[in-house]
Amino acid sequence: MHSPNSPAVNRRGFLGLAASATALAATSGEARAASVKTSAKIVIIGAGAGGTALANRLVERLEGAQITLIDPRKNHLYQPGLTLVAAGLKPADYVVSETTDWLPKGVTLIQEKAAVIDPVAKTVSTEGGQTLSYDFLVVAPGLILDHDAIEGFSLDMVGQNGIGALYAGPDYAAKTWQAASKFIEEGGHGVFTRPGTEMKCAGAPLKHTFLIDDRLRRAGNRGKAEITYGAHDGALFGVPIVSEKVRMLFLDREIAPVYQHTVKSIDAGAKRVTFNIAEGTEEMDYDYIHLIPPQRAPEVIRQSGLSWADKWTDQGWVECDMATLQHLRYPDIWALGDVAGVPKGKTAASVKWQVPVVEDQIVSAIAGTTPTETYGGYTSCPMITKIGRAMLVEFDYNNNLLPSFPGIIPPLEELWISWLMKEVALKATYNAMLRGKA
Amino acid sequence: MKDLTFQTLIAVFEEIFGRGLFWAMVVVAAVVTLAYLYVLIRDRAVSWRKFLWAQLSMPVGAVLAVWFVMAMTHSAPSDIGGAIDVIVFLGVAAMGAIGMAILVYTVQSLVKPPKAVTES
Repeated sequence: MHSPNSPAVNRRGFLGLAASATALAATSGEARAASVKTSAKIVIIGAGAGGTALANRLVERLEGAQITLIDPRKNHLYQPGLTLVAAGLKPADYVVSETTDWLPKGVTLIQEKAAVIDPVAKTVSTEGGQTLSYDFLVVAPGLILDHDAIEGFSLDMVGQNGIGALYAGPDYAAKTWQAASKFIEEGGHGVFTRPGTEMKCAGAPLKHTFLIDDRLRRAGNRGKAEITYGAHDGALFGVPIVSEKVRMLFLDREIAPVYQHTVKSIDAGAKRVTFNIAEGTEEMDYDYIHLIPPQRAPEVIRQSGLSWADKWTDQGWVECDMATLQHLRYPDIWALGDVAGVPKGKTAASVKWQVPVVEDQIVSAIAGTTPTETYGGYTSCPMITKIGRAMLVEFDYNNNLLPSFPGIIPPLEELWISWLMKEVALKATYNAMLRGKA
Repeated sequence: MKDLTFQTLIAVFEEIFGRGLFWAMVVVAAVVTLAYLYVLIRDRAVSWRKFLWAQLSMPVGAVLAVWFVMAMTHSAPSDIGGAIDVIVFLGVAAMGAIGMAILVYTVQSLVKPPKAVTES
C-alpha cells in the first residue's frame, strides 16, 4: 500500500509544514504607520503607565525626536494588581517590574524627580539640578497619596492592629492582607473607607470590601463579622446606575453603607476611627479598617502654576481640555493619566484610551496636520464582587455605560468571565499597552 | 478593550499560565497534533477500536481541562453567573475532551501500530 520510506517522508513533510506555518505567523505583523521626521524635543514627566506607553508609541511615529522621560522611581507598579495582593490572591511581586523594562530604545530616562516646570521659558528642572528645554511637554507624574492627612496614621502601622492600606504599594498591600487575615479569622467590625478627594480607581475600595466579605464567608466566619462601608458622598459609585447595583449587592451581602463619611483621624491603640460627617464628627470602633488617603497632584504641578485655579483647589489637578488633554493656557503641554484635571479617568484603562489622543496631538502638531482623536472619559472597572466573579463596568464622562461586548458580557451582571478578565487577562493587556501595542 | 490583536491574545495566554508553561503546552499540543496526523497517514485508515477508547477518554479530558482552568484562576463551577460563562465553561470542557481523544488515539497508534500487511 505504501512504501517503507513514506513515514519518514511524511514526518519531514509535516515538520516542514509546521515550520512554514510558524514563519508565516512570525512575519505577519501589523503594517506600521509612516513615521514623521522631526528634531523636536519632547519631555515626558513620569514613566508610569501613561508616560511609558506614550514613549513607546511616539518612538514608532516619530523619526529623530529627542524623547526624555523624567522619573525617579526604579520600580514600575502594575497598580490594578494591588487589590488582588491585598486579598491574598497574588504575591507582592506580582505587581512589580522595573521602569527600564518597558522603555523603548532611543529614549533617555533621567532617574530624578522633576522639581520645577517653567511653562513660559519651556524648561523643566530636576532635583539634581539639570535643566531641560522642551518643544512639547507631557505631564504624567501620577498622583500623591497624602497619608499625613489622616491624623494619627502613619504607614508603619499598616499590617498591625487591624490597619490596612492597599494603595500604598505592593508591600503595604501584602501587609494589608496580613491585617485582613486576622479579621477574617477572628471576626469583629470591619470598616472600609475612601477619601473625599478624587481618587485613582474608585472601584478599588468596593472591591476590597467585597473580597474580604467573600473571604469571611469561605472561612465560615461571616456570622462573627459586621461590615461597614463609608462612602464620601451620597452614593457608592460615581456612575448612578452602577451605584444602585452596588447598593443592591451590599444589601445581599449584608454590608452596611454609611454616607458622607470621610476619615478624619484614627486612634490605632484604641482601634477607633473618627469620621467627618455633615453634622460634625462621628466615632466608630473597628477591628479592621481599610484606609485610603486623600489624593493630590504632585507638588511640582501645583507650584508650577499648571493646576486649575477654580476647581479641585485642594488637589491641584492639571487644567486641561476634557477631550484633548491639552493644557488650557499652555498649548505645548498635555496632561496624561492620574494628574489630568478631568472628571473621570484615574485608571489604567483610561490611560489606554488617553495615550493615543496625546500621541495624535503631538504628532499632528509636528506634522502640521489636524488631530482627530478625542478622549470621551472612558474608564473601566472590573468590579470584583467575590473571588471568581466580577462586573465589567465601563463608562464615560456622561455616566453612560460603554460595554465592550454588548449582548455578550452584560456590564451589571456578576460573571465568571469578567473575573477571568480581571484576574488573568488584564495584566497582559496592560503590559501590551505599556509597549504601545494595545 | 480597545482592540484585541493576535499579539495581545498570545500575551494574555502567557500571563494566564506563565510564559514557560504556556509555550510548553503549545509545543505539546503541536507535537501531539503532528503525531496524530502522522499515524493517520502512516496507517492510511482509522482504527475504530482505538477510536472507541479515544471516545471513552473524552469525559476524562473534559473534567481535567475544567479542573485545570478553575485551579489556575482561583475559580469554582459555582462562579458561573450567566450564559457567556456557561459557553466558556463548555468550550473549555470541549477542548479538553477533543484534546484528550486525539492524545489517546495517537498514543495507542504509536505504541501499538497495526500489523503491517506483508506481501510476499
